[in-house]
Amino acid sequence: MNELQFLTWVRGPGLDIAVGIFVLGVLWRLFEIYSLGRKKDLAAPRHAAGASGLHTVFRRSIPPPGGVKRSPVSYIGGYIFHIGLAIVVFGFAPHILLIKNLTGLSWPGLPSQFIDLAAVVTMAAMVVVLVDRINKPVKRFLSTFGDWFTWTVTFLPVLTGWLAVQHLLLPYTTMLALHILSVEILLIVLPFTKLFHAFTLFGSRWYNGKVNGQRGVPV
Amino acid sequence: MQGPLIDTLARQGITRRTFLKYCTTLASMMALPPAAGLAMAEAMAAARRPSVIWLPFQECTGCTESITRSHSPTLEGMIFDMISLDYQETLMAAAGHQAEEALQAAMKENAGKYLLIVDGSIPLDMDGAYSCIGGRSNVEILKEAAAGAAAIVAMGSCAAFGGIPKANPNPTGAVSVSDIIKDKPIVNIPGCPPIPVVMTGVLAHYLTFGSLPELDDKGRPKAFFGETIHDRCYRRPFYDQGKFAKTFDDEGARMGWCLFELGCKGPVTYNACATVKWNGGTSWPVESGHGCLGCSEPDFWDAGGFYKALSVPADPLEFGAAAAVVGAGAGVAVSFANRAKKRAAKAAHQTTTLADLEK
Repeated sequence: MNELQFLTWVRGPGLDIAVGIFVLGVLWRLFEIYSLGRKKDLAAPRHAAGASGLHTVFRRSIPPPGGVKRSPVSYIGGYIFHIGLAIVVFGFAPHILLIKNLTGLSWPGLPSQFIDLAAVVTMAAMVVVLVDRINKPVKRFLSTFGDWFTWTVTFLPVLTGWLAVQHLLLPYTTMLALHILSVEILLIVLPFTKLFHAFTLFGSRWYNGKVNGQRGVPV
Repeated sequence: MQGPLIDTLARQGITRRTFLKYCTTLASMMALPPAAGLAMAEAMAAARRPSVIWLPFQECTGCTESITRSHSPTLEGMIFDMISLDYQETLMAAAGHQAEEALQAAMKENAGKYLLIVDGSIPLDMDGAYSCIGGRSNVEILKEAAAGAAAIVAMGSCAAFGGIPKANPNPTGAVSVSDIIKDKPIVNIPGCPPIPVVMTGVLAHYLTFGSLPELDDKGRPKAFFGETIHDRCYRRPFYDQGKFAKTFDDEGARMGWCLFELGCKGPVTYNACATVKWNGGTSWPVESGHGCLGCSEPDFWDAGGFYKALSVPADPLEFGAAAAVVGAGAGVAVSFANRAKKRAAKAAHQTTTLADLEK
């Protein structure tokens, strides 16, 4: 298999398989999680200002008082790499083209140089967050294989994409194929790892906010 | 016309100065040191016409058309005339048995010294019966001719990589020259058709240094196939700015913006079109408003459609809907199982009474 055949495979059958497993996994997990149901709360709901599911959805995006001071790396690094990922994934013209091809939705792209900067900053933030996880004994103790694994599968698409655009390490064709392959691996593992928070995040925030709202506690 | 090349050129009105300029240009184009131009000129001027045998197999004659037509009035064309092209079916006057005799004679006289140019792929299915010349299969002729060749030049994508005949489903079992011949130096000059100057460049290098130029991992001369079309494209700044033509006749197309979204394969195609251009430097595909097809890459025909951008799926997503149905089904099934488990747990739940505690 030469590199163009490799690229054609990852753009063809490889993408087919990855998107297939992704869609299957996402629907499976969503049905499974949301059909679990919860016991009816028999207590009379209390009401307090700012205590509701919707409030919590937004509030949990903001660090709690003193949180940034307590663990700056987690909050700042976390913010930077999440926003960076969003910029790179949804702002790069070839990515928009892919989304347009799959869904019909399209929007203007950002300049390549800006995407380039965002990719480098994202990778730097991810490395800092990883080093922090390794250095802090408590974080290290709490980390499981899933944490290291999901960091890797998230980092690789950014790295290979950046290397491909910069023409580093390997010929562009091979690097582009590796980039698409790494994204396919990410798609396949996403529904079955903690990366599924991309889908469940707002649902669980709403749930927590609702439960606490019933008790009259804004969280 | 068997004397040194410089005499023949002089007879055709080419001055020494013009010839030197040509050699220097060729040397710089191939990224050789400045002194190489002079060495090239000296070696080429003194060179006797090397015997060249050109074998056409499963091909469309486009490669020959490209070489002979687009550059016939230029010096490259002259140089091309200066080789002793002893066998070329399309160009030679002889036909039938005479032609075959010419081939045999050339192979015998110049055994071990001639340059073998092949264009077209070689079919292997049905014992090679898909393409025969004078009652003999291509693979048979190739093996015989390759045995006495000093080096082989695979001209065009068909000879270099199998090309269009090899495209899926490859009905004739077509393969490239390098799939059959393993014991001779082979230069691949892919392209559909290849750029004429690449051919003369390789020939000049061979005459000057007695060796083949530096090749990349696909056997292509690095001097011409070292960089992608995309990296050398004059429309590259528009790609970097995110300015793309969306259709072939929109504002972006008229403004000459990047053709990436219209399926240009420039980013993954190694060739010299963007610098050398075509038709004597007049233009080239991207300049004329059409994306690169990637014709100098192996299996470009099966690389997912000429008008599909590189970042979009090569095939339509086949399993999407099926996966959604299976996924939803699995989710529902698991949720029923979970609910059954909960019900069973509830049913099996035993309440503790005061009496139990006092036991």
